[in-house]
Amino acid sequence: MKRWLPLVAFLVLVGFFAKGLFLNPREVPSPLIDRPAPAFALPLVGNDAASFSPADMRGKVWLLNVWAPWCVSCRQEHPVLMQIAQGGRVPIVGLNWKDRDRESAMLLARAGSPYLAVAEDLDGRVGIDYGVTGTPETYVIDREGIVRMKHIGPISPDVWKEKLEPKLKELGA
Amino acid sequence: MIPELGHFALILGLLLALTQSVLPLVGAQRGNRTLMAVARPAAQGQFVFVALAFGCLAWSFLANDFSVLNVARNSYSRLPEVYRLTATWGSHEGSMLLWVLILAFWSTAVAVFSRHLPEDMVARVLGIMGLVSVGFLAFLLTTSNPFTRLVPAAPDGSDLNPLLQDWGMILHPPMLYMGYVGFAVAFAFAIAALLSGKLDAAWARWSRPWTTVAWAFLTMGIVLGSWWAYRELGWGGWWFWDPTENASFMPWIAGTALIHSLAVTEKRGAFKAWTVLLALLTFSLSLLGTFLVRSGVLSSVHAFATDPARGAFILGFLAVVIGGSLVLYAWRAPKMITGGGFSWFSRESLLLANNVILVAALGAVLLGTLYPLFMDAMGLGKISVGPPYFNAVFVPLMAPALFLMGVGPLVRWKEGSLPDAFTRLKWALAVAVVAALLLPLTVDGFKPWASLGFFLAAWITLAVAAAFRDRLRHGSGSTGQKLRSVPRGFWGMQLAHFGVAVGIAGIAVVANYQSERDVRMDVGSYAELAGYTFTFRGAVEYDGPNYRAARGTVEVSRNGASIVTLHPEKRLYNASGMAMTEASVHPNLFRDIYVAMGEQLDEQGAWSVRLFHKPLINWLWLGAAFMVVGGFLAASDRRYRIALRRSEVPRGLAAQGAAA
Repeated sequence: MKRWLPLVAFLVLVGFFAKGLFLNPREVPSPLIDRPAPAFALPLVGNDAASFSPADMRGKVWLLNVWAPWCVSCRQEHPVLMQIAQGGRVPIVGLNWKDRDRESAMLLARAGSPYLAVAEDLDGRVGIDYGVTGTPETYVIDREGIVRMKHIGPISPDVWKEKLEPKLKELGA
Repeated sequence: MIPELGHFALILGLLLALTQSVLPLVGAQRGNRTLMAVARPAAQGQFVFVALAFGCLAWSFLANDFSVLNVARNSYSRLPEVYRLTATWGSHEGSMLLWVLILAFWSTAVAVFSRHLPEDMVARVLGIMGLVSVGFLAFLLTTSNPFTRLVPAAPDGSDLNPLLQDWGMILHPPMLYMGYVGFAVAFAFAIAALLSGKLDAAWARWSRPWTTVAWAFLTMGIVLGSWWAYRELGWGGWWFWDPTENASFMPWIAGTALIHSLAVTEKRGAFKAWTVLLALLTFSLSLLGTFLVRSGVLSSVHAFATDPARGAFILGFLAVVIGGSLVLYAWRAPKMITGGGFSWFSRESLLLANNVILVAALGAVLLGTLYPLFMDAMGLGKISVGPPYFNAVFVPLMAPALFLMGVGPLVRWKEGSLPDAFTRLKWALAVAVVAALLLPLTVDGFKPWASLGFFLAAWITLAVAAAFRDRLRHGSGSTGQKLRSVPRGFWGMQLAHFGVAVGIAGIAVVANYQSERDVRMDVGSYAELAGYTFTFRGAVEYDGPNYRAARGTVEVSRNGASIVTLHPEKRLYNASGMAMTEASVHPNLFRDIYVAMGEQLDEQGAWSVRLFHKPLINWLWLGAAFMVVGGFLAASDRRYRIALRRSEVPRGLAAQGAAA
């Protein structure tokens, strides 16, 4: 019987691999999906007097994009966000995460801003509420303020076409 | 036209691979010499056509033919020529084509260098390799055609991933594949032996040089990858236990075990079933590595093919090849009669211990690599397994194997003597203990892991020296004559073992005593690290062939004496828009000074800069180089050639006998 052991072990492995083919290792499910987006009120970048709260977006499907000036992949997705903003299909709100050097206003002035507004999350507390693991991350939030999707990592044209755009269509944006 | 030619050549290659596998295998089973004789020309023909296909793809890249999808996605008109060539294997399709090309190359090598092997053995070995070729060629043609046209053609390409625009990456994939695929030869020999039922020492002797050469290539490939990551990723690390690294490391561990167990099977006829199983396992792990990387089952930077169709194809292929070979093994294993016995302390027992430990270490790496997949597949949540697990498990497992490495070569086969081994090694042991206690103090304070590293490095080095002393003590003639009479196999083994010692010393020091700083540097400001002073002279922008870069100037001095001026770069690649860190390194035998640019911090030209001091890091590459050279040296031992020639004699005599 002993001589059949390698084969048995291998077949078990194959079973796992077959299952694994249909899983996406990068996708960490967010507990926030289908739950209300956590409320907050934060000052805006470039205008400390004004503030932003998710409640302001009621009645609209919108994207909450968590980014930071020091984040390299955020720069990668910046041109894609600019295109999305120009398309006018969906408003993008930025959450400027842990920007201790306060560089975002300058950066946006230089590179152009795809954002309707950028909320300043200096100490990263709102990030904790949203379960931000790293920048960039993007949340799709529907008319009722419910989180419908979370994308981790930069938005590439492919991600936009294959993941975000269909979801927005489904939500009627 | 050229891409279509390549596509057609690939189809012809598949047909020839089919011929190469079916006819000789049937011939060998029926004893039909005509059918068996097809193996060699078919293998060579397959190589010619696959090489032609590869050439066509390379030509498409060099000629900037952006009407080929693969070229449009992975090249760029302003990409330097050498990278246009290497972009040929920079994509999923291209790298699979390289895989098949190298398999065809190995098949041809077997066809050419097997004149002295029995005809049925050659037919079976080439037949099995042909079957593997069939699978991969079919995979290419059905799911990953590298010659797919793009209509209308793209005006320009989207550039080769900037990470791959480095000459470490030019060599890493071919060398790695030479190793991966080279184990197909040992696999084919094992299957051929199982099929024929002739599992004797001759089979082990034929397999040995092929296995050792493949192992040396794999060692080179892994180290080139590691060296590339060290310089190119800009964070000074050289091994991350990333799933893709593990995918190449697991066949290496299995291959190392196989080399040692083949030695026992050849010399003593023992461990036959185990050696066969290891030969199957080693190549299976190569295939598994290909599956893990190509299917995207495990997330990783390398997994550029996240396509279920491709994954399903490779998995099906994997199941047929590995599953089939394991069925054959289970069916034939009882036929294997194991050779002579041995005492508890003998070279056999020590090599057995080596094998047990290596396979345990392999199991630990495999478990860590696949654990996230297991958890996910069973719905138990998403986890990741990182370096802390691997370091905690791998290092303590390997330490005893490395200790035995010093003893093994000095102990006799069959019946060794522990007191005798102790007598010969007591000085080595004493010096190694002293080195372990004192050497850390000469670097920067006592650290237990560094101490263990020093002990093992000194121990292995001195054991190598003791082995040479023993060789020189016996026999006659001058020392030079005696050294010349030492067979290459012995030189190779000792050199490779010495390489391990050098590598361990490097790892022990760099892992325990490296230092780094992440600093903000204004123009003209300085920072200190490990006794060196780094002065930042600002960064200037310039245009590269396919990127814009900020090129920093950092002057390094020590005690006021200037040492070097380094120029780390931050590049932004035009076509892909990707930012890349190009570290600047000043190496010498005892340390690297490594500077990488972070981000520009303000309009006055301040940058965040990463400074590293990496003591003894180059010993790591040096040690690996010794291992590679040792491997090639051992494989070129004349014993293999003589033994092969001798095996022809009985047949000649038999022919004479028949004539008389």
